[in-house]
Order: sequence, then C-alpha cells, then structure tokens
Amino acid sequence: MTKSSSVKIGLLQFPGSNCDVDCKNALREHFSIDVIPIWHTETTLPKLDGLIIPGGFSYGDYLRGGALASHSKIVADVKSFAARGGPIIGICNGFQILTEAGLLPGVLLRNAQRTFICKYTTLSTQSGKSFYQRTLNSSKINLPIAHGEGRYFLGREGLKKLHDNGQIVFTYDENPNGACDSIAGIVNEKGNVFGLMPHPERAMRTSTGGSSDGKLVWEAFLASCG
Amino acid sequence: MNHYEVIVELKPEVLDTEGRAISESLRRAGQENLKNLKVTKRFVLELDQSCQNPEQYAREIAQEYLANPVSENFHIKKVEN
Repeated sequence: MTKSSSVKIGLLQFPGSNCDVDCKNALREHFSIDVIPIWHTETTLPKLDGLIIPGGFSYGDYLRGGALASHSKIVADVKSFAARGGPIIGICNGFQILTEAGLLPGVLLRNAQRTFICKYTTLSTQSGKSFYQRTLNSSKINLPIAHGEGRYFLGREGLKKLHDNGQIVFTYDENPNGACDSIAGIVNEKGNVFGLMPHPERAMRTSTGGSSDGKLVWEAFLASCG
Repeated sequence: MNHYEVIVELKPEVLDTEGRAISESLRRAGQENLKNLKVTKRFVLELDQSCQNPEQYAREIAQEYLANPVSENFHIKKVEN
C-alpha cells in the first residue's frame, strides 16, 4: 500500500524515547511518509492527521512507566487532539503514557513473572468498530513485545465496560505477562486513541526474521488518518 | 518544618511482584515466620512555609502525580523531616 506523503503524521519524543527512529523509518520506507518530530516541551501540536507516541523508557520509567511523560507540556494539546477525534497510536511506553494521561483506561504494571520479556507473540484481533478491528477483521497476527511493565490491569467494572463497548483490539494467544483478560491493545470509546504493548514498527519485513504483520497495523492507523 | 510523608502502595487486589519475589526469597533463606511482605513507596514533600493548607496541597500532589488511582492507594501524614 502506498499512502500519499501529504498525510501529516506527528511523532512525539520524550527524554528516553527509543523506538521513535524505528517508527519514522517504518513510515518512510513502507509508506513514503516523513513524520513530523515533536519534542515534549512544545505547547501546541502542528496541524496533524495523526499522532504516534513511540516506545522507550521516557524519564527512565521513574515513578511509573509513562507517568512523568504524561505530565509534559505537550500532553494538554494531545488531549485536545484526541477530544477532536484525532487518531493517536501509542506503542509500549506510548501505551503507558496514554493510560497515565487518562486517554485510555487501565494501567500497565510490572510483568507477573518479574522478568523483562522480549519475544514474538501471536495476537488475536477482537471484534469492534475501530479502524483496527475492522481492517484486521478477526485475523491473527505476529508482533514482537519487549517490556518489563506490560501487565495490563483494570478493575472488574472497567474490564466489563471494555468488553461491552468492544474496546479490546488485541489479546495475546498465550498471555506472556499476566495481563487482565490477556489484553495486549485497546482503543478508547470513540475508537480514535489506540494503545498496544507489541511493536508493529519492529515487524516490517520478513527478511530480518519474524513477520511483516506490523504493516497491517500501520495500514489501519493510516486509514484512520483519512 | 513543613514536611509531609506520602506512602503509596498497590491495592490489595493487585499482584505485588516485587514483594512476592522478596518474601519468597527470604522464606527460601529460612525465614519461616515471614507470612507476607509488601513493597511500598515513600515520598517526603517539603512544602514552603507560606503554603496555605499544606496537607490538602500534599494530598493533591499525591492524587495527581504520585499515585495511580487505578492500581494504588496512598496515605499522607505530617512528619518531622
């Protein structure tokens, strides 16, 4: 799929972001899109069609993963962008930042088995109305995870709401970290804010081993960007 | 002195992985009377003397930043330092 390079995609960067270049390369090489880097001290986002919050260890994961980044200056405008229906994808630490900012429900806690996990996982796409669920249409995909704090947690009532609203996008076939209901990725109620622990930007070509299923996730994200 | 201590701990229903690792390790080392151990975070806030209603101010910082209400509870008390 070739996407018009006129689509304006922003890429947030914090001290400790380390998957930003992989995201930038993935969109450049596979979709001919040059992302617009945005440093966390900015107060307003440029005019954007979509926003990426990449993985890493913002602020060294101090306090809680994503907690300090979620109070960055730029986050106020990220919230406004989300409220206007702007598409946002948060990957790994980006997912943690979205939950800490209150843009997605729940929290990501230390893996149940206490180890950092770096491996491929098989994900099942759950049904729902978001672009991701419609585009991936119940398919199974393979994406790598690399995290120490990826155990999705939400209280019972919140989980019921996620299920009832069809907000669960991906579940792990084999729960690697003790996540509630094997949750790997969710959307907000409107479906425009998406957070996931697996890394689609690290699964772009089979020649480096593994899968190229990450492209499917980016295609769905870009489709949601209009 | 205007010091407030904030203790943040995981809610009882949330698995405390670090506490479990430590307590299992201590039991293996022979501490048979140890039933359980939980790990908490302790923050000490030093507030400006001019701060109006400092306990409320400390509570707001704890609520907004130091504890995540999804998974954690917190307690506040005034301390000497």
